[in-house]
Amino acid sequence: MAPRSLFEKVWDDHVVVPESADNPAVFYIDLHLTHEVTSPEAFTVLRSRGLKVRRPDLTLATLDHSTPTVPVRTLKDLDLVSEPAAAAQIKVMIDNCREFGVKLYGFDAVERGIVHVIGPELGITQPGKTIVCGDSHTSTHGAFGALGFGIGTTEVGHVLATQCLLQRKPKTLAINCEGALPAGVTAKDIILAIIGKIGVGGGTGHVIEYRGSAIRALSMEERMTICNMSIEAGARAGMVAPDDTTFEYLAGRPLAPQGAAFDAAVARWRRLPSDPGARFDREVDIDVSALTPMVTFGTNPGMVVPIGQPVPADGDVSFRKALAYMGVEAGKPMLGREVNVVFVGSCTNSRLSDLRAAASVLKGHKVAAGVRMLVVPGSEQVKRAAEAEGLHQVFQAAGAEWREAGCSMCLGMNGDVTGAGQLCVSTSNRNFEGRQGIGARTVLASPLTAAASAIAGRIADPRQYLAA
Amino acid sequence: MEKVTVITSRTVVINQADVDTDQIVPARFLTTTTRVGLGKALFADWRYDKTGAPRPDFVLNTPAAAGCQVLVAGNNFGCGSSREHAPWALLDYGIRAVISTGIADIFRGNSLKNGLVPVIVDAATHAWLIANPGAEVTVDVEQRHVKLPDGRTVEFPIDGFARYCLLNGVDQLGFLLNQSDAITRFEQGRAWQP
Ligand code: SF4
Repeated sequence: MAPRSLFEKVWDDHVVVPESADNPAVFYIDLHLTHEVTSPEAFTVLRSRGLKVRRPDLTLATLDHSTPTVPVRTLKDLDLVSEPAAAAQIKVMIDNCREFGVKLYGFDAVERGIVHVIGPELGITQPGKTIVCGDSHTSTHGAFGALGFGIGTTEVGHVLATQCLLQRKPKTLAINCEGALPAGVTAKDIILAIIGKIGVGGGTGHVIEYRGSAIRALSMEERMTICNMSIEAGARAGMVAPDDTTFEYLAGRPLAPQGAAFDAAVARWRRLPSDPGARFDREVDIDVSALTPMVTFGTNPGMVVPIGQPVPADGDVSFRKALAYMGVEAGKPMLGREVNVVFVGSCTNSRLSDLRAAASVLKGHKVAAGVRMLVVPGSEQVKRAAEAEGLHQVFQAAGAEWREAGCSMCLGMNGDVTGAGQLCVSTSNRNFEGRQGIGARTVLASPLTAAASAIAGRIADPRQYLAA
Repeated sequence: MEKVTVITSRTVVINQADVDTDQIVPARFLTTTTRVGLGKALFADWRYDKTGAPRPDFVLNTPAAAGCQVLVAGNNFGCGSSREHAPWALLDYGIRAVISTGIADIFRGNSLKNGLVPVIVDAATHAWLIANPGAEVTVDVEQRHVKLPDGRTVEFPIDGFARYCLLNGVDQLGFLLNQSDAITRFEQGRAWQP
């Protein structure tokens, strides 16, 4: 057999009916994650056609997107704290899951959290699986050598009813990352630099495989940060070949195979990495040893610069509109700009290592006067783990807010918003106009840069705090 | 889904690259649990000011935009979130085809499943359309081409299956449900179980 890439192996393993000129492939899904925002209409379709969920055992649900990040233990609490439409949507989710027999991690579950945080944490995200969710950041799960991609609500219905999708095989893009990552530079900076290089449409139609010594050296949480933002380069999915780091992460997790089954799974997973000589439709090389912390300056993640560098000039209408929205001038650096809000959270950077990174900078400092800092763990389990090591005390002592798990200010759906004209340094993944609130200005950065900026009250280079 | 064969309309132009689905439908409108009525949320933050009054300078609020069913957009239209609310809102508003040099993957897939036709054209045709807002064009799914006012036709790529579904109003869920024997065989014959 010709050498195959990781993606091709996973693809081939899930073709129920091959594609032809006339028809797309019928493609099998091993894990379907759902949440309250993109599933209601899909359940409505099932109900109206008298259909069941084909594989409730391969379906998991959580509450994250429009869920408040203040404590909610009961539905009565929810009515008190939530915007009514969001509360109604959450109740619809609870009812749908009950009616269709789907396991829901709701307010009573310690496992509740952002859908892309809990899959890996529970160990149900595994190498070689196909994973979908009505959410574009499903690419996160590719960090395990799974093929994870976002789907629309109609397709959520397809998977609920048939466990399959109609798919055309995408192209492949290898991104080769070599070199040693300098101190103060993180996985978030790598992926921002990649998007800056290939552009927000650079991965359209492709599945990315992140390869090379720099990727091998990363922890699972760092790999998730990178794969998470594949969609911001337009790619359907991003993948990393599974290796010992992957297997060690999964060993013993509650929904991972256990004992002999785990060893058998590892033997199978070891065959997944791309064969030597596997061909990719495109390749891009990145030297990570040359990177610095990165910050965005515009209204998409491709509008990004090394932190000390001036914002570039460009005559394009969209570019000028973005700078005007951000109140940013070409030729001046983002470094030193006044900050109003700092958000540490989202499926990009809300795991334990992200919180540790932010806390390491913040420890012994105060959030600058006038700056609001919000720290939102990705899951209730991350929250507990962080509290067990006292990270919440570091945040609270510095003057930051410590919240319950959820998407929160990543998309500003339930009260956690940045005000119009305010600048938010955010560890999330999208700096789109209005994403964090009407008129809000978002600067994407790593947890280190976010924490440094909170202390300084201005966009700050975290390396100055690490050296001290 | 209703059949879609030919759409003839004047164009409305939004000449901006990388328009993401957060612009098409801001997240705060996503607390709905149905797809109906989203047209009012379409481009909400560009269409309305703080008080909810229409901004006269936004193209959809100009008299010329009324009744236009074809949107000419900048490259990489529909990037970002997978929310199907984006094509739902466009359709509910009355847009039935989007013409650009590039359309983001998930948005394109979502559009086709709802009968909104994504049309990719070459840079020169695109530049002409941008420069001539209000031009009357015909998007012909059967012929796979766009007809410009001077009678010229420009072909656009469309997947054969997607075209078949548009022309016949095929319900893809029905198609998949018909595969259920093959799906069962696949599930039973796998080397490993998820
Ligand atoms: S944290 Fe943000 S990007 Fe991630 S799933 Fe939630 S809303 Fe989407």
